[in-house]
Amino acid sequence: MIKQRFWPRLRKRFTLHLDPVLLAAIGLLMLTGLAVLYSASDGDWGRVLKQMANMLVAFGVLWLAANLPLHYLLRTALPVYLFGMALLVGVALFGEISHGARRWLNIGVATIQPSELMKIAVPLMMAWYFEKHEAALTLKNYFVAALLLLLPVLLIARQPDLGTALLISASGFYVLFLAGLSWRVMGVLLVAGLGSLPVLWSMLHDYQRHRILMLLDPTQDALGKGYHTIQGTIAVGSGGVLGKGYLNGTQTHLDFLPERTTDFIFAVYSEEFGLLGNLILLGMYLFVIARGFIITADASTYFTRLMAGSITLTFFTYAFVNMGMVIGILPVVGVPLPLVSYGGTSMVTLLLGFGMLMSIHTHKKLVQT
Amino acid sequence: MMKRRVELKNIQREIYHFRLRLALSLGFVLVMLLILLARFVYLQVVKYSHYQTLAESNRISVVPIVPNRGLILDRNGVVLAHNYSGYTLEITPGKAGDLEGTIERLSQIVEIQPRDRKRFKKLLAESHDFESLPIRNRLSDEEVARFAAQRYRFAGVEIKARLFREYPYRELTSHLIGYIGRINESDIQQLEEDDSAANYRGSDYIGKTGIEQSYESKLHGTTGIEQVEVDAGGRGVRVLSRTPPVSGNNLVLTLDATLQEVADRAFGNYRGALVAIDPSNGEVLAFVSRPGYDPNLFIDGIDEQSWGELNNSPDVPLNNRALRGQYPLGSTIKPFMALAGLHYNKRSPGHTIGDPGYYTLPGSSHQYRDWKKGGHGSVDMFKSIVVSCDTYYYGLATELGIDNIHAYLSQFGFGKKTGIDLEGEVAGLLPSQEWKQRRHQQKWYAGDTVSAGIGQGYDLVTPMQLALATAILANGGAGYRPRLVRQVQRSGDSEAPAPEAGPDFDLKLNPDHFSLVKRAMVAVMQPGGTAAGAGAGTPYAFAGKTGTAQVVGIKQGEQYIESQVQERHRDHAWFIGFAPADKPKIALAVLAENGGHGGSTAAPIARKVLDYYLLGKVPQPLPAAAADEEEHD
Repeated sequence: MIKQRFWPRLRKRFTLHLDPVLLAAIGLLMLTGLAVLYSASDGDWGRVLKQMANMLVAFGVLWLAANLPLHYLLRTALPVYLFGMALLVGVALFGEISHGARRWLNIGVATIQPSELMKIAVPLMMAWYFEKHEAALTLKNYFVAALLLLLPVLLIARQPDLGTALLISASGFYVLFLAGLSWRVMGVLLVAGLGSLPVLWSMLHDYQRHRILMLLDPTQDALGKGYHTIQGTIAVGSGGVLGKGYLNGTQTHLDFLPERTTDFIFAVYSEEFGLLGNLILLGMYLFVIARGFIITADASTYFTRLMAGSITLTFFTYAFVNMGMVIGILPVVGVPLPLVSYGGTSMVTLLLGFGMLMSIHTHKKLVQT
Repeated sequence: MMKRRVELKNIQREIYHFRLRLALSLGFVLVMLLILLARFVYLQVVKYSHYQTLAESNRISVVPIVPNRGLILDRNGVVLAHNYSGYTLEITPGKAGDLEGTIERLSQIVEIQPRDRKRFKKLLAESHDFESLPIRNRLSDEEVARFAAQRYRFAGVEIKARLFREYPYRELTSHLIGYIGRINESDIQQLEEDDSAANYRGSDYIGKTGIEQSYESKLHGTTGIEQVEVDAGGRGVRVLSRTPPVSGNNLVLTLDATLQEVADRAFGNYRGALVAIDPSNGEVLAFVSRPGYDPNLFIDGIDEQSWGELNNSPDVPLNNRALRGQYPLGSTIKPFMALAGLHYNKRSPGHTIGDPGYYTLPGSSHQYRDWKKGGHGSVDMFKSIVVSCDTYYYGLATELGIDNIHAYLSQFGFGKKTGIDLEGEVAGLLPSQEWKQRRHQQKWYAGDTVSAGIGQGYDLVTPMQLALATAILANGGAGYRPRLVRQVQRSGDSEAPAPEAGPDFDLKLNPDHFSLVKRAMVAVMQPGGTAAGAGAGTPYAFAGKTGTAQVVGIKQGEQYIESQVQERHRDHAWFIGFAPADKPKIALAVLAENGGHGGSTAAPIARKVLDYYLLGKVPQPLPAAAADEEEHD
């Protein structure tokens, strides 16, 4: 037995559960994010450094998740879900109101947004539930799983935070889909969903209706609700094929783009790097997603397959919804561009998901070897 | 047993089904990415130039730079309209919020009078919310400093440095210079029709009346442009390019400001009008319409009280009498009638009539009375002008016929616009058979011609027209279109005055006819003439003719007794004249409303004007109308 030296051993211990391919891809996206953030914030190093700190913390979370053995992950599903639900109920009862929505809960040391936790907790819970009943899945199981999804979604929707509610619905739906929900049921659900649209419409808040209407005709209220979409579209369109060049976006640097370090950072990127830049960005996202699918396909258990698939598809959904709203094909919902937008919470949640992916991949390998 | 079968089946099929669904998911992802890509291509390639333009227009704001308006000077360089820089306090209603409260708080810092508030309200009703409207003009330095210290309290309120227009001669030149005022909806429409709206971007004012209106295009100048890169808040970041404005042209008028002042003062308390023309070139030397008004009040919108006072005054100060006041010609028609008689061979100079004090048409007993009871005795053409014999012209008119009178007199510009370079002129009225048929659907009666002979029929004339006719007469028939602007000075270089051109037309009066009428008009100003008092002791040869225009008709058999008639029903006094008679330098027409006799009120006014213009004499009160003069025209 060769006595290994200290540093290589440590390095091996550290990187054992990391997936280098996935890590390189998301690292590239994060670096891109930092560069765009520097431009979007008009060269504000303070903001860039803060985001680096966010990334560092998020990376720590990723490392921990990647090193967490799968049976722990499985075991955390129920308590995390219940904890999240408790917080959501707490928010509904005692939450702090900010910008007309009750989303935050003050837990003494900090205010937290429980809906963020549910982005992971809900698919985790559903995957756990399917794993538990894997042996004999009946329609009743799908119904119960759907209920597990619907409860938190409704609580979040009435905060109101429609964007998050829809995204969690999507991640839950991916679990149902991958778990083999029959086409017939999906067809029925689709018809029922379309039929209930008018009812849903009547339940929406005014500002939510506005956002949807604005999508149909943003010029109706060019300086009000439609402003975001119009300026975002102008920024993207005026970028052309090659873009205006790094740090040269006029929409960005003359203040026309709202929320340009967070939800509308894609407009900054697209204005400065053009169609070519967009292709590269889509390529990077596709690479991450493809890697996620490979990990999913290789996953060894029912639970890990469902979990990996949902994480990957949810990641894609974030990217699609964000870009879609900036270029005016989706309503403006508060969804950041994954790994690029400024903000700690979403960074942590995303890297937590990737950490789980890595754990699913690397622990399986260990099991096999 | 059953359960085992299901379990076995699951293990095989589950992987298969899962991988199938995963593949479907990948397909879904790819389709969605293609949708994004299609949208990118649409925005960034297909519609690129559209969004490029939008981004540029977002970024670049074109800021107009308003040119300085040209000055208006008299012929000697005296300033009649100028600009001075000053501070104005302006409110943008859209940004101010509570307007009443804002104005109330402002009034604690800066004096704001009720008339300022009223004027602001009027402006507010006429303007858009985003326009900046003045609440106070001409702030003192102290007021500016006080406001500057407190400005954080006032959203939407700004101090602006601006050029103000001012008319230093106020009432004296009001009807001539006119005024500028804030651009309103109808001005905008007009500008758009003229395709000059772009040149008025940023301009707040436009000429509304007088020279300011007629010469708007010369005075305004060319608006400059500054292209400024702005941020979303509209703040300028840097200037990209700048085209400087070109100041408006200065106008040098033909007017002599001192002469204008002398003429105006000569009216004393009379209302009326005076137009003096240089017969040798048509230049208008004086242009008086009394009373005037203060044009400075109109620049930023007149307050309701001042407007009411002006509009409801019985003196109608807003009426431009010189250009738009229409009066019967009265006896000032006689020199022109005499020329017509000679021209058509209806009268020879020596032809004499006996004047019994009235005229009757053949086969009629209706008496057309002479102004002088008992008549003038034996009257030839010379005397008919000197004593202003009505009976002579009753007969002459009848023999000429109205259509000859119309044809001859219209050559002197009666009944048509003079073409002066001022807007709003009216044409007066020179009657004819055709006109009466058209206007009144009535045939022309012989009696109409009789009255027309002494200018008391349908005929109407403006002081401007009569001055022009007098100038043509003084010239022996050579006519120049009257004009007010002598020279347009382009900013920077000074354009030479238009070269002396020949007359616009020439009636080529028979020298003998002309000389007879002229001598008679000189005799009018001498003892025995109707304006002997006003003509007394002139070192220059002064030719003139008096006239009265009836305000109320006198019935057959009634007497007109001046002292018994209400002041406003008294006759208007006319006087036309020119001097020196042989080489006229000035011709004029004077109208004194309700002045009674031309000889006693209108002629002395003319005398003062001539004395100043020809002798440089600053007027002293002329001796009151001489007692030996017959008190009529």
